Amino acid sequence: MSYPADFKYTKEHEWIKSDGKTATIGITDYAQGSLGDIVFVDLPKAGAEIAAGKTFGSVESVKAVSDLYAPASGTVTEVNGELATAPEKINKDAHGSWMVKLTLKNPGELSGLLSAADYEKFVAEESGH
Amino acid sequence: MSAAEATRPVIRKTALNAVHRQMGAKMVEFNGWDMPVEYPSAGGIIAEHNAVRTGVGIFDVSHMGDIRLHGSEALAAVQHISMNDASRLAIGQAQYSAMLYPQGTFVDDVIVHRLGEDDYLLVINAGTREKDVNWVRDNTRQFNCKVENLSDDFTQIAIQGPKGVDLLQKLTDADLSGVKFYWVTRGTLAFHEKSMRKYLQDILIARTGYTAEDGFEIYVPADEPTSAMVWNAILEAGKEFGVVPCGLGARNTLRLEGKLPLYGHEISDTINVWEAGLDRFCKMEKPEFVGRAALEEAKSAGVERTLVGLEMVERGIARDGYKVLDDSGREIGYVTSGSYAPFLKKNIALAYVPPEFGSVGSTVKVEIRGQGVRVQVVATPFYRRPKKT
Repeated sequence: MSYPADFKYTKEHEWIKSDGKTATIGITDYAQGSLGDIVFVDLPKAGAEIAAGKTFGSVESVKAVSDLYAPASGTVTEVNGELATAPEKINKDAHGSWMVKLTLKNPGELSGLLSAADYEKFVAEESGH
Repeated sequence: MSAAEATRPVIRKTALNAVHRQMGAKMVEFNGWDMPVEYPSAGGIIAEHNAVRTGVGIFDVSHMGDIRLHGSEALAAVQHISMNDASRLAIGQAQYSAMLYPQGTFVDDVIVHRLGEDDYLLVINAGTREKDVNWVRDNTRQFNCKVENLSDDFTQIAIQGPKGVDLLQKLTDADLSGVKFYWVTRGTLAFHEKSMRKYLQDILIARTGYTAEDGFEIYVPADEPTSAMVWNAILEAGKEFGVVPCGLGARNTLRLEGKLPLYGHEISDTINVWEAGLDRFCKMEKPEFVGRAALEEAKSAGVERTLVGLEMVERGIARDGYKVLDDSGREIGYVTSGSYAPFLKKNIALAYVPPEFGSVGSTVKVEIRGQGVRVQVVATPFYRRPKKT
């Protein structure tokens, strides 16, 4: 699986794509693979404030519950409602299945995140390959 | 080496461990065993679960333990430690039962097979193996009966689902149509391997399982080559039925839909038979068994909690250990098992609540990440397999 070069990544396996003012957040292909069949996604509502490094929701597979950590701080402007009824889309296309869009509070936060190459190296180590 | 390392328990492996890894199974530790939780190549838990409901799936359940009791007083010994009535078993018949502590709570649940005149096999859980073996030994000393721990002698493979009978019939001379649910037979299994025809004789074939579906569990010699040969032969013979290998993930969701108890969840050393709702497997008309006196007292006292089925009304999944709340937010019980149910396509759970909250149709709440989420008490089992027409 290739990780888009224009995304940034967290060690908790979220991706973020940003134009410098706004951003889109999802979870990585590695995350969906290690979770297995995703059956439930709990996301904040539009208007909610999320803070970098803090949980902003959760994703559940048949077996496991996993917290979602915000890669950056900001105000949620849009939530992908499709995931409420079809969470399995994340398994099929993790990098295309965005969860929330937000207005960034402090775009500088993104510089502390992993690049695609660094993230790929990180998951290779984590999965022992 | 630190003290912690010195005492770290060894993770046990079944004879099929290498086969699972080769198939790309995701492995987890379960009760001290390194076991497959799902096979992504088979489509994962949901696909595995639904294959068992509509076709056939196979499971390595070799981590289960087996205790044989035989000798002239084997029946009396089984009757003493088991709450069901083993005197009702014909040779070749099996029954669900449990071993109880004197206070009427669970040592473990078991399947009791009557293999011969004075010959019984108890199939027990992985996590309670050593405890169970010691319990059986300690509590049957007064009987003329030999207790053998056969747990490491068998690779136990479950072939589960409506097409399981057709699959297994391809591999054995035993007439499986004549084996009713919860009966056992012995037969020869025949395989082709590298153009050789191989036979395994006198194999125990039980029409039992833990999936709320029709199916079989077979007990083959536990050496790795034989185990791998049998596993691969079943997958090969099952191709025409769409067989998939299934892991513990699907095993758990299948048993949950069927409300089959799991030790440490619905039953434990602090939960009694009446609370767990297993009355029909507990034969109080038997004059004596360990736990009976306490159960008699508990019956007249009445239960303070009862096991109920829950279905989520609002969004969310109730998980093991979550609190159950009443409308005012007061804690009234807890969830023992909860999951998305892949065949029913609902979020379901089992929970202990006071009996006054247990009537079907009433609603309570489950606390999910600090929020009270509405759930409804529903009839169980959640899933019942269709009757054959």
